[in-house]
Amino acid sequence: MFARRLLYWISMAAGLVLAIVPLPGWLDPFRPDLALLAMIYFVLTSPRIAGLGYAWLSGLFLDVLRGMVLGQHALGFLVVGYLTHKLQLRMRMFPIVQQAVIVMLLLGLYHFLMFWIDGLTGHSFTGWVRWLPVLSGALLWPLVVALGDSLTRRSS
Amino acid sequence: MVELSHDSRPIIGRGPPLTAYFLTLAALSVGLMVADQRYQQIDRIRESLSRVIYPMQRAVDFPFRATDWVTGSFADRSRLRQENLALTTRLRLANLQLQRFAVLEEENRRLREMRANSAGIAEKVLVASILNVDLDPFRHRVLLDKGAADGVFKDQAVLDGDGIFGQVSKVNASTAEVILISDAEHAIPVQSNRSGVRTIAVGTGDQNKLSLPFVTVESDLQEGDLLLSTGMGGVFPPGYPVAQVSKVKRAGSTFALVEAKPTAKLDQAREVLLVWFKPPAEPAPVAGDKPPTPSSTPVEDSAAVAPPAQAGGE
Repeated sequence: MFARRLLYWISMAAGLVLAIVPLPGWLDPFRPDLALLAMIYFVLTSPRIAGLGYAWLSGLFLDVLRGMVLGQHALGFLVVGYLTHKLQLRMRMFPIVQQAVIVMLLLGLYHFLMFWIDGLTGHSFTGWVRWLPVLSGALLWPLVVALGDSLTRRSS
Repeated sequence: MVELSHDSRPIIGRGPPLTAYFLTLAALSVGLMVADQRYQQIDRIRESLSRVIYPMQRAVDFPFRATDWVTGSFADRSRLRQENLALTTRLRLANLQLQRFAVLEEENRRLREMRANSAGIAEKVLVASILNVDLDPFRHRVLLDKGAADGVFKDQAVLDGDGIFGQVSKVNASTAEVILISDAEHAIPVQSNRSGVRTIAVGTGDQNKLSLPFVTVESDLQEGDLLLSTGMGGVFPPGYPVAQVSKVKRAGSTFALVEAKPTAKLDQAREVLLVWFKPPAEPAPVAGDKPPTPSSTPVEDSAAVAPPAQAGGE
């Protein structure tokens, strides 16, 4: 249990670090939301450890890290975490491709929320480029699952 | 595959009711967002959170700094010599110009004294390096390694060796966020060095382009004109280069399409200067809308508010 908790926090920190690592210019818009994907994974596999509080807090850290309006990513993470909690019993049964589709929908919702809040707070950016992480995140989902499974098997 | 294993939520004793928890946290986030937009006190929360975040930012920055250091310390001798030679030449030239500059400065000081106008020249600078972290691909913000602990304040002007770089938008304990002049939300009052035309340069979201949307077709701006900061609004020190006009198109009937290229190396700079200066005492009857601000905190984005058309009597 403790190992799981530790693993959760470490992967969250890793996801947050990867959210600000400089990428070459052309790759930058594709940057997947790894912290969010890690959160979804842990909510699916260990919902009793990775609760909404964890999700919210990691979103809040992302806000500070990126200098956004405080609470913006926190709300996004919270909504995605809540929906994943609601869907988790079903989602676990799905084959990986179907899971990836659901994850894409969740990411789409998340980015729509971000887009909406950006607009409300006067930072709107309307280019289509901002939707690319939805695609890259969904494509990365199988990889996240594989990595997470191998890590949790070792730690438990 | 996700395992269907040991940790499924049991049917009995599910812990706190999920929806209530969700709604509470959601309300809390919305409250935070509203507070962040309205009240300054929220910055304290941000600052304490940023202390937790700081090691992460350092960790991301570290490999870049380390490779810099390694390549720097193992640079071969001939390259160092070449660099040294080039730098010596530049220094000699700069010294030459400095001698002339000293005379001019003295003259300028005397003239300004005659006008009883304090010069808005940088009084103190602090070198800060830019941390290698990516904040947001859609906004032009960078993170400096100096923060409130070093006396950095909000709206402080940031320069690099070639011109105006941006202004501080958020101050954390040991870091500060800077909004570049090329950010789409930034505007800076400028003046043409050649003709004295005053206008506002607005960021476009492209690091090599500023747009000057309020230039009329008749106004005297040409390609190649150097645009200097005016110091209006009290954020930037006056007289520093901002951009060079790169395109003038007088197609429409009222406003010309004018673009300018920032002189500061917005995408290459590794180190920048934080500037403390005394804002020039504005000639009260002309400057109009706000009383001359003393050294205290300038109004946020007041650069954008400064009226463009006050070509005054400078």
